[in-house]
Amino acid sequence: MNIKRLVSTAIVMCSAMVCVSVSAKEEPMFSSSGVFVQQEGENIYRALCQGCHMPNGEGAVGAGQYPALAENPKLGTPHYAIFMVSKGLGGMPAFSQMLTDEQIAEVVNFVRASFGNNHTDIITAKDVTPFSN
Amino acid sequence: MIVHSMNRRQLLSWIGKTAGVSAMYQAMSSLGFAAESRPMSHLNFSGAPKGASVLILGAGLAGMAAAYELSQAGYKVKILEYNGRAGGRCWTLRGGDTFTELGGEKQTCEFSDGNYINPGPWRIPHDHHHVMEYCNKFGVALEPFCQLNYNAYLHSTQAFDGKPQRYRHVQADYQGYISEMLGKVVKQGALDDELTLEDRERLFESLRSFAALDENGAYKKSLETSMRRGFAIDPPGGLGPSTQYSEPLDRSALIQSELWEHIWKGQQLRHMSTIFQPVGGMDSIAKAFVQRVGQFIEYNAKVTHIDQSDTGVSATYTVNGEEKVASADWCVCTIPLSILGQIPMKVGTAMQMAIRAVPYDASIKIGLEFKRRFWEQDDTIYGGLSYTDLPISQISYPSSNFGSKGAGVLLGAYTYGPNAYEFTSLPPAQRIKQAVKYGAQIHPQYTEEFANGISVGWHRVPWTLGCYGMWTEETRKAHYENLCNIDGRIVLAGEHASYLPAWQEGALSSARDAIQRLHNEIVSTGA
Repeated sequence: MNIKRLVSTAIVMCSAMVCVSVSAKEEPMFSSSGVFVQQEGENIYRALCQGCHMPNGEGAVGAGQYPALAENPKLGTPHYAIFMVSKGLGGMPAFSQMLTDEQIAEVVNFVRASFGNNHTDIITAKDVTPFSN
Repeated sequence: MIVHSMNRRQLLSWIGKTAGVSAMYQAMSSLGFAAESRPMSHLNFSGAPKGASVLILGAGLAGMAAAYELSQAGYKVKILEYNGRAGGRCWTLRGGDTFTELGGEKQTCEFSDGNYINPGPWRIPHDHHHVMEYCNKFGVALEPFCQLNYNAYLHSTQAFDGKPQRYRHVQADYQGYISEMLGKVVKQGALDDELTLEDRERLFESLRSFAALDENGAYKKSLETSMRRGFAIDPPGGLGPSTQYSEPLDRSALIQSELWEHIWKGQQLRHMSTIFQPVGGMDSIAKAFVQRVGQFIEYNAKVTHIDQSDTGVSATYTVNGEEKVASADWCVCTIPLSILGQIPMKVGTAMQMAIRAVPYDASIKIGLEFKRRFWEQDDTIYGGLSYTDLPISQISYPSSNFGSKGAGVLLGAYTYGPNAYEFTSLPPAQRIKQAVKYGAQIHPQYTEEFANGISVGWHRVPWTLGCYGMWTEETRKAHYENLCNIDGRIVLAGEHASYLPAWQEGALSSARDAIQRLHNEIVSTGA
């Protein structure tokens, strides 16, 4: 594992945690074309994912439900998440047309290291490409 | 049906190549999926077995139409509905209504008396025969929906210094300039091989008429062009200020502005006039159905399990925490696939896979109430739509009660794609704040006149988990028939079981087709 990458990710996560309370007051980021403009994992989560999976990854229950991402065992390896975000399944739409492989990697890394998930293995765009094609 | 979807793909591909991804996306969402709507077919329910019962899941338009027609034919029907009201996405919000979205945020609509917003379907195309015929049959009053208002605005943050332009200026000038250019091309001989001399002469004449070109084929400031685009100073009565013709927009600025990308919208099949809305709110249709089938509905029923055997069907459901079972001989299930895919249902693999092949799309609608109808009083805009490249995408002005003095409601945002997800991901109060902030770039009066707002992000709606079922060509090919075919004693219906997704026409036509096939099955099996 790349220690440098791990440390810089830890720094990003720490500042991301600080940002959670700040960003509520900041201007929300809106995209201006058919693709998402956000590049950082947390920003992608806040702009796109939390609409369904909710701000703390808690999911929601109505007539049907959105699964919780918080402490979700299916995030143990990255592949399930990469597949779900890229290709979708059931109620989960496919986002490979609206997110680049880099963005998908970013948000998967964010979710797998947030909401009580503590997975430290980082993926990159290269890991996403086989799924997004 | 395959031919129609190929035409759509060709069109979308052209739009994508010439106008960019966002235009194509807009096209996909507002094009209406280009499937021909068929005239309402006559239902034949002769031979319905005495005492046969049908359990209907969902009291949206598909479920209630199924219940209506089946009960008229002598079937015993029962409907289970998740909400405390019927209508599903056929829904209108008025002052005093509350709505709790997934995530727990509760919004209370604060609109003044008489004002409303339709957060789901809001328009009825003239050729949506099923919707039109049920409205006619049930006495639901319709009024014209103003889709195209030449005095509304086209706005781009990237063009004309962000100053909104009147639709009539953009449309007349675009039409004028392209006609002028084509006229030049004809005169220069570039079409001599394409067209006969007679056709070239007649074409040139047609361009003059079409675009108010002068005798040399030029599009310029004149009485004739002002009669299309508007005057700088209107013709007076008596001794008022003299008429002044208006100057067309700079040609290059117009071409570069991309504002012309909005012109086709009012021309497309599903938006062309005459297009309708029910008087007083879309839920007039739901209410008309409830008058006729309301006695069959059990409300607040969350279906958790659907079972069938050789002899009947049953649905397990909870009402206020208490588990109950409803049984019948047959079942029409109209539950949205986003939810149905999570409910254990005893059907074959083919139908199971079909149900799980269809994700639901994101969409956002935001209704904003203002202290006065400033768009009428200040901007002379009566009904219709303004379009913008801002995340709100469009503003729609009310098509009724023109000139009313009190508060007015407009649709302050309606969009799909990334912006829909972004709005949905915000807390409701922030959605309103953003919609007001963006709209103020088109109507500065927003800031002073804003009163209150309400928003519906469809992925946060607890009883749909999304706006409508998103099919692709691949999934249609692989799964659509399996979704629609009767499985044992169960048939599905709804907009998701149609080629008119997101339209009430899809729901109604699907329901009628499903129950006709179900009835045929019932009669042929003698069960």
